[in-house]
Amino acid sequence: MWHDALLVAAKDLRIERRSRVSLNQVVPYALMVLLLFGFAFDQDRSLLAQAAPGLFWLAVVFAGLPAVQRSFAIEAADGASDNMRMSGLDPAGIFLGKVAAITLQLFVIEAILVGGVVVLFHSRLAGGALLAATTVISTAGVAGAGVAYGALSVGLRVRETLLPLLLAPVLAPVVLAATQAWRSALGLSTTSPGGGWRWFGLLVAFTGVYLAGGVLTFGTLIEET
Amino acid sequence: MLAVRFRRAVAFAGRYPLLAGVDLDIQAGEIVALRGPNGAGKTSLLRAIGGLLPLSSGEATVLGLDPVADARALRRRIGLLGHRNGLYDDLSALENVRFAARVAGARKGAAEVALERLGLGARLGAMPVSRLSAGQRRRVALAALLAREPELWLLDEPHAGLDATHRRLLDDLLLAASDRGATVVVASHEATTAAALAGRTVEVAGGTVTGGLIEAGPPPGTPRPTALVEASAYVA
Amino acid sequence: MRYSKASEPGPALGHQHLRRALGWSAIVTLALTAWWGLLISPPDVVQGQLVRILYLHPAVATMCYAGFGLCTLASLAWLWSRTRSRRWDRLAVAGAEVGSVFCLVTLVTGSIWGRATWGVWWTWDPRLTLTAILFAMSLGYLALRRSIDNSHARSVASSVVALLMALTVVVDHYATSWWNSLHQGTTLWKPDPTVHGWQLATMLLSFLAFGLLTAWVVLHRYQLEVLEDRYEQEGTQVALAARRSEAASPGLAGPGQPGPSGPGSDLTGAATRDEPSTAKTPSELGAR
Repeated sequence: MWHDALLVAAKDLRIERRSRVSLNQVVPYALMVLLLFGFAFDQDRSLLAQAAPGLFWLAVVFAGLPAVQRSFAIEAADGASDNMRMSGLDPAGIFLGKVAAITLQLFVIEAILVGGVVVLFHSRLAGGALLAATTVISTAGVAGAGVAYGALSVGLRVRETLLPLLLAPVLAPVVLAATQAWRSALGLSTTSPGGGWRWFGLLVAFTGVYLAGGVLTFGTLIEET
Repeated sequence: MLAVRFRRAVAFAGRYPLLAGVDLDIQAGEIVALRGPNGAGKTSLLRAIGGLLPLSSGEATVLGLDPVADARALRRRIGLLGHRNGLYDDLSALENVRFAARVAGARKGAAEVALERLGLGARLGAMPVSRLSAGQRRRVALAALLAREPELWLLDEPHAGLDATHRRLLDDLLLAASDRGATVVVASHEATTAAALAGRTVEVAGGTVTGGLIEAGPPPGTPRPTALVEASAYVA
Repeated sequence: MRYSKASEPGPALGHQHLRRALGWSAIVTLALTAWWGLLISPPDVVQGQLVRILYLHPAVATMCYAGFGLCTLASLAWLWSRTRSRRWDRLAVAGAEVGSVFCLVTLVTGSIWGRATWGVWWTWDPRLTLTAILFAMSLGYLALRRSIDNSHARSVASSVVALLMALTVVVDHYATSWWNSLHQGTTLWKPDPTVHGWQLATMLLSFLAFGLLTAWVVLHRYQLEVLEDRYEQEGTQVALAARRSEAASPGLAGPGQPGPSGPGSDLTGAATRDEPSTAKTPSELGAR
């Protein structure tokens, strides 16, 4: 499983290195989303700084969607999905490999978005450990849920429209919890810092559900649907 | 020993029957051509043998295993080339072949050797697949199969897009694989290409096959519903 | 609910009497609920006429959760190989559809209540928020079901999604309630100790009425799936015969076929053999 996961992740990242779709298309799009938030809040600086954590995670979710779609588009392009099934790769390995590749790509996007939030919304970074831990675990959760539902919608006629419908409500708790954890880390929340770690625990549960669920069901999903 | 054994195999896509009762035996080491018009069920038959298309009824055994239930164990031993090549456009030919070889656990250098065998040297191998011609892409896909050294080759119109030289090259390759004991199933709507190579030709039509069993004569299990006779009488 | 073993291999219709009895008792109790709720029971001392929404909203919300619960349990039973059976998939879709309709009603009535009580159509009450997320998920689930033709693939995909979503709802539950506690928000539905007499009786009756209605609709939806399965099976036989008859074109017929027109039949054979081939190309596409 781990060997196959490594192969798939390396392959997906190599394709990204060659095509630079995430870097050249998804990153500018995510930054544009931040700008649009600025327009929506009418340059109200205190409001933007207050809302920055939530806006950041919304931008991550918005960027995660095309990242997931891209990850499955490269398999569907030349009938490669049949090839992937026939290759004998462990489905759990495919799942973990794709999650790892998307997570790493999202890390890059997030690093740039953090810069955007600091510059555009005048946020001050603080609470390093909680901030970093939340970011890592939430990103893996977004990628895990994305790949699990992305696999489902890959063979469907309506995948472009169905995937957002499936993912948006599922990612709702991530947006809620990651935002609250970030607020706590950045000192925007009135509650104690311990409150932030409680949200982190919830994120661990979410990510655990989707990583375990994906490992267990991915084979069934790509084989029988 | 039989590499493939199908009995009364029926498979559907939604409500449409792709296979309507197939009886087929293929000996290990044999080269068999599946011949028939478009839509006859050749592709579906290949996919069913590869375990990509589950049967809704009937029996199937491939290399002694169930093609769907034992898919994990079976698929590293089978090489399937579909209508489409299944290549990653952004990777080079060598990277594509190497990925297939690594997944299959082939020995180091197998990818380079396979590309060489199909007439794709280091220069072409380093090019992104998207820049290659249709025939070259087909050869890259064949090289990916060759690098994995499957026991059972399932090829869907493998000659499509190849020029005369490379068609012969492919034929030699398949004959060599067969000599090593591999089984080869080639689907083709052209009568000539596959038949020249094959030891046996199986006609596919209407999701059924004729001459699928190794004993000569019309197979007893082949369904011949009355509608069949009526339809042919109407045509005549 | 019990289903006879005999109905398992070939889907059969049954439960006629049960369905009829359920239907009539649902209609009668619903009518009674409306009568008691709108005319007999008095307005509340504090809430006035607004109390009457109590005879609709809690019962509908409960049935919404019951429908989704049924969908989750049935999906679980379908996925577990030892209990796998078509009937669970039928129950799952029935539960999900009934659940999402009642979910919408819950949201609308909750919203009306909020408008009348606090002057806003929406409050970020944890249960209201959770119900909204649940509604969006159920729409996704049903859309997924609609977009898969193959019944086995549909059962696999939808049962996995139902389970994943059910687990997500657990996380959602904590997320929304913690979030709400941050803002000292109000909780819409606390068990109201002042409900008594006619109010209590009407409320209990509404639970019975909507419970019967749910059971009735679920059973009908289940039977509809049974009919669809039967339709599919019968259509299958016709389609199989048609498919095999494609092989009957003379060019491919075995030696047993008489060739009445002598040598000329070869030519017609070649011509007719191409005829169905062009017509059937879409099926090749469907195979992929």
